[in-house]
Amino acid sequence: MEPGFHTLQEFMTHTKGIAYLLIGVALVALPLFWRFLSGRDDKQKTF
Amino acid sequence: MGITRRQFFGWMSAAIGSQVAFRPNANAAPGKQFTGYDGSMGVLHDIYRCIGCRKCEAACNQVNDLPRPDRPFDDLAVLKENRRPHADTYTIVNKFDIPGRQLPVYVKKQCNHCMEPACVSACFVKALKKTPTGAVEYDASLCVGCRYCMIACPFNIPAYEYDNPLTPEITKCTLCQPRIEKGQLPGCVEICPKEALTFGTREELIEIARQRIRNFPDRYIDHIYGEHEMGGTSWLYISPAPFAGLDMREDLGTTPAPALTSGALAAVPVVVSLWIVFITGVYAISKRKEQMAETDKQAAVDDVRKTEQDKLNQTVITLREKAKTDQEAAIKREVKKALEEAAKQAAQTDTDDSSSAQQSSDSTHPGKQEKE
Amino acid sequence: MAQPTPRANTLFTPFNVVTGIILLIGGIVTILRFTKGLGAVTNLDDNNPWGIWIGFDLLCGVALAAGGYVTCAACYIFGLKKFRVAVRPAILTALLGYALVVLALHYDVGRPWRLPFPIFFSQGTSSLLFEVALCVFLYLSVLFLEFTPAAFEWLHWKRARYIIGKISLVLVIFGIILSTLHQSSLGALFLIVPSKLHPLWHSGYLAVYFFISSIFAGMAMVIFEHAIVDRFLHDEIDEEHDIESNNVALGFAKAASFLMMGYLMIQVIGIAIDNDWHHLGTRWGLWYLVEMVGFVGLPAVVYAIGVREQNIKLLQWTSGWVVLGIILNRLNVSLVAFNWQLPLDQRYFPNFPEIMTTVFIVTIGVVLFKWIATRMPVLHVHPDYPDDH
Repeated sequence: MEPGFHTLQEFMTHTKGIAYLLIGVALVALPLFWRFLSGRDDKQKTF
Repeated sequence: MGITRRQFFGWMSAAIGSQVAFRPNANAAPGKQFTGYDGSMGVLHDIYRCIGCRKCEAACNQVNDLPRPDRPFDDLAVLKENRRPHADTYTIVNKFDIPGRQLPVYVKKQCNHCMEPACVSACFVKALKKTPTGAVEYDASLCVGCRYCMIACPFNIPAYEYDNPLTPEITKCTLCQPRIEKGQLPGCVEICPKEALTFGTREELIEIARQRIRNFPDRYIDHIYGEHEMGGTSWLYISPAPFAGLDMREDLGTTPAPALTSGALAAVPVVVSLWIVFITGVYAISKRKEQMAETDKQAAVDDVRKTEQDKLNQTVITLREKAKTDQEAAIKREVKKALEEAAKQAAQTDTDDSSSAQQSSDSTHPGKQEKE
Repeated sequence: MAQPTPRANTLFTPFNVVTGIILLIGGIVTILRFTKGLGAVTNLDDNNPWGIWIGFDLLCGVALAAGGYVTCAACYIFGLKKFRVAVRPAILTALLGYALVVLALHYDVGRPWRLPFPIFFSQGTSSLLFEVALCVFLYLSVLFLEFTPAAFEWLHWKRARYIIGKISLVLVIFGIILSTLHQSSLGALFLIVPSKLHPLWHSGYLAVYFFISSIFAGMAMVIFEHAIVDRFLHDEIDEEHDIESNNVALGFAKAASFLMMGYLMIQVIGIAIDNDWHHLGTRWGLWYLVEMVGFVGLPAVVYAIGVREQNIKLLQWTSGWVVLGIILNRLNVSLVAFNWQLPLDQRYFPNFPEIMTTVFIVTIGVVLFKWIATRMPVLHVHPDYPDDH
């Protein structure tokens, strides 16, 4: 049994809640990383 | 850079698409219920009654024609070792000293003949199958020897003939299927002197187990092992001590093994169908972009060519006009010259009439002849 | 003293001597395997039925052969035409990789001549291993066909070369689909053992993890392999390959770097979904972080730096690092974190013959690659087919 949870509903509400926060992190972090990754080739306008 | 941003987004959408397709919760058969074969058989192992005599091990060895072990079956010292079934031992009895309990506890271990076996689900040649009698049967004539069943089994039961180079088989308890078909009891059940093993339909056995727990609540903990573990097993256990201390895992859960992989299996046809569409789509897009780039290039080339042509034409026109004016100028000049010449001659004729008239007729005649 | 003959000089090169010794040991182990059984040459037992022949030869072999489908997709589907210089080396690597996976399976499974059984005789469709077997069989055939143009050009079989050129696009699409399926299914093989595989590595997303990591594994392999080929088979590389390979490295490194960050993200999400955070504080958690931070996150950042600075050497070294990370991941899933609850004395560690068999099989791959790459138009364009690749 998963400690701290009594029902699947409780467990899912908790874990999916964190997952949504992580989605937010991904939405911010990944584009920022892309900017870092492409930081030097803007001059060449490859897009 | 070799890769453009737009092309890279193509890659990323490929990655995202696969995530959607492989959603782990996608179930192959949601809401479908299966209860197994009606009246299938099993064995109830009453751990409380077991005295660790190893007679079941001996009987198993005998009815299955297995090789004699190095140490005889009446050597009870082997009980101290924590053993598991191996290629030539389908069942073993382990001894456990439980803290707070005077007498040790003996537990028989063999294939549990799951209701929805992981080994059967894992076998890629259907060499293992659950039969209507309850036994999980192995067909060596199909087995490739990949040992995925051993990986998959949550109870670590199937064993392998590692010393057989060319025809190794998976070995495990057969529930004495051949004996059951002849109307006999499994070897271990038949020989057990303490009736620690009871053979019957699974429903009956669960009923018996419940009754024993109800009648002797101080003898047994309130748990029938195998009633729900991994979706239920044909072998059932009741015990005076918690199963976790008897090398029987209580954290296996109740999900039957096939349900663990049904989502991934369900994704396969979806991936094939959507991938064809997706990949062809990406191909078409890149092809189209290529064509557009080609068209643009052609247009640009045409444009340049047209401009050049126009320029050229203009030059030609200018040149022609210049040539024309030059020519006209030349003619004018010639005419003027000729007129001046004529005027000069006329002036001369006035002064010297007869001689110059003679000269002029001489000079014009040869010129005429040259022209013709 | 007799003068050493020139022939002896050329034959006993360090490469040939080492290869010869490995092949000799491999031959001995082969004989032992097929006369004494797996027990005589491996440390496998009933609790640990899969060893490095599956964990490395199969899982890593397939993952590192992913360059084939990744490069084909980049070049022919996504339209990165200039990546064509990487296509043939990648296809050759994939073909040899898969062929050697199948060779390794002949050692590992009990009755290798029954390997076609699941496909032609008795289909256990409920098993993910069936899916893997079917896809590997089909993909090996596809790879073989995809490689034939190079062989046909070499043999001057113009007609066959023309016909195979007609179906190349179909082969590419088929290859991508098959790769998607079996790369992911190799991860899904372990979905059935939540009780045996450590929670940090077991996840409902295992299939996605294996698929996504195979993509950047393939890209890293293409870059890494070119570095090696450039070092040892430089004479075979023509000018176009020489120049464009740098663009391939920059493009793939950029893609891989971003993809690795995405992969890291879904790994974290996997932990969140299963609520496995508390495991991160254990020793297993430390090992997991070594894999994720040390072999995914860090190389992704170094890749990004290499891409920004257009430092090809750095990208090549990082690719080796990424390849090691993939090997680490596959070994963790199949061996290290598998059976994590068993006491140490019941855990598996490969023995000498097992390791030598793996080395033997990898050596066969290297020798075959060298043999083919020095003969067929793989690292250079065939003069008769300057634009048709």
